[in-house]
Amino acid sequence: MRPIDVIEGKVSVLDRHDVDTDQIIPKQFLKRVERTGFGEFLFYDWIRDGEIELEPNPILVTGRNFGSGSSREHAPWALEDFGFQAIVAPSFADIFYSNCTKIGLLPAILDEEHCRLVAEAGEARIDVDDETVTCAAGVFKFAVEPDVKHRLLNGLDDIAITLENGAAIDHFEAGPSAPPGPVTTAL
Amino acid sequence: MPQNMFEKIWEAHEVSAGLIYIDLHLVHEVTSPQAFDGLRLAGRPVRRADKTLATADHNVPTDGTMAARLIADELSRVQVETLERNCEEFGIPLYSLGSDRQGIVHVIGPELGVTQPGMTIVCGDSHTSTHGAFGALAFGIGTSEVEHVLATQCLVQKKPKTMRITYSGELGAGVTPKDLILATIGRLGTGGMVGHAVEYAGPAIEQLAMPGRMTICNMTIEGGGRAGMIAPDEATFEWVRGRAAAPADFEAAVERWRRLPSDPGATFDTEVEVDAGAISPMVTWGTNPGMVVEVTDRVPDPAAMDSPADRESAERALAYMGLEAGTPMTEVAPERVFIGSCTNSRIEDLREAAEVIDGRKVAGSVRAMVVPGSQQVKATAEAEGLDDVFRSAGFEWREAGCSMCLGMNPDILMEGERCASTSNRNFEGRQGKGGRTHLVSPKMAAAAAIEGHFVDIRDWS
Repeated sequence: MRPIDVIEGKVSVLDRHDVDTDQIIPKQFLKRVERTGFGEFLFYDWIRDGEIELEPNPILVTGRNFGSGSSREHAPWALEDFGFQAIVAPSFADIFYSNCTKIGLLPAILDEEHCRLVAEAGEARIDVDDETVTCAAGVFKFAVEPDVKHRLLNGLDDIAITLENGAAIDHFEAGPSAPPGPVTTAL
Repeated sequence: MPQNMFEKIWEAHEVSAGLIYIDLHLVHEVTSPQAFDGLRLAGRPVRRADKTLATADHNVPTDGTMAARLIADELSRVQVETLERNCEEFGIPLYSLGSDRQGIVHVIGPELGVTQPGMTIVCGDSHTSTHGAFGALAFGIGTSEVEHVLATQCLVQKKPKTMRITYSGELGAGVTPKDLILATIGRLGTGGMVGHAVEYAGPAIEQLAMPGRMTICNMTIEGGGRAGMIAPDEATFEWVRGRAAAPADFEAAVERWRRLPSDPGATFDTEVEVDAGAISPMVTWGTNPGMVVEVTDRVPDPAAMDSPADRESAERALAYMGLEAGTPMTEVAPERVFIGSCTNSRIEDLREAAEVIDGRKVAGSVRAMVVPGSQQVKATAEAEGLDDVFRSAGFEWREAGCSMCLGMNPDILMEGERCASTSNRNFEGRQGKGGRTHLVSPKMAAAAAIEGHFVDIRDWS
């Protein structure tokens, strides 16, 4: 994952609430076994049917509960491949939020009024380290968990970080709190 | 200090701050190929294949195709064959197409007994919350996290908040767990549980058998919840007893499991109370599971809604669904009926639907299908003669898989087709582009198949 620090540029707007991941990337595109190339299928039905138009700007501003439904990481892959580097919304679905942070696509939460102002401004500058979105209408704070911020700023691989903690995992597995659990290979 | 069930399980699995140990990782063909590729690229092995289990469910045809190489759709075939190759390479047990243990991942876990109280369970599928019905902490993850769990058997997680929804009273005749959870989501909204691990509690929950508990926990994600959980009790223990993966020292395990339920006096970040006795059979009218009314209600009028955003969403939903505000729900007439999915495809669901049919025939205007959740469910149903009940009524009787819940296989709706579905999502295009989904219980789906329109199952005789 590439480090992200400042995201700056034009803003695309999708003025809808509760946009689910079935809309972001419809099911027929989940059959691919590759991780790349999903951008051309982003919002496939909505764009093809002329319901919405989206420019591949660095920033997307949208409505509350964005990314609800299916856990498909293909949704953030498609958004990122299309050209977005940050999504600004009043709230996100949990799994979608987490998936974005794993691939370096910044989900930034601002309240509805601030989202509206950023959308109207048409351009913005997002500083990950300062946790601010700056646009013509003002400077708005968002929050990001410290460990997530650290990974985003440094482009770190989550797995490598956890594997550095390998001794703690070994210790846990050998310890009394590790539940015996079912053994799938013995079924 | 009193702890709730979520806190007990979380604490018992914390390897270090924010790093949670995973007891069971379920894998399927759609969200795993890129994760296995990642492992190969980095030269990493799977840490605990013995805590990992795979099946093929999303893509598989339900027409009797019994081997991956025979799947007609090339992309689906490649995806299932890729899963088979990956499991072989990394030593992961797999029940693929052709295995008598194949089925929907959230049906086969409990069926094999690998789903047990107190465990942490993840899968690259949002309906992993199903397994919480056993008093486990179970939730869906994305593909990067699938790779992380394969490599480390752990997951980096922010601790969610906790919510308890307490149901007083008892469900009325004909009202099912599906109606309970739809009514709950209707009240809280599709974002109402976001950020929370949700415990369902109270007398109405305690009275339920395990399949109903699974239906409720399954749809937690439709309310935005991270995980759904129900305290384990005798019903839970009896379900696990004797299954393939049940603990060797079963009584010792039960002793441990009895300590899991929330302590008296345990607190939650959010508490909600619901009168289960006031819940009616439910039908969705819109394009998310929160857009739901009682079957005796009418299609809502967007003009009567307070917020402009709700009004706009409702107008768009009605246009997509081809519905007029004010139409009684019992006049809405589906042309398709789908009984299946990880929400409602267990043997008990099929028995309930068969009981409603009771010798009647599917209406001439309706094409109806039943898709058992697993090969085991199918075999049990056939041993009980349920397949005959469905077939004689005019239902198609198919092989196990996700089928028409998500349209990744040949079972899909055509543009504009209206479907009474026992699945979990009525999103636009979910069951096929332009398809119109109404979520209902298995009983309500069976009754709609026979009458050709929705009916209040409480009037069924």
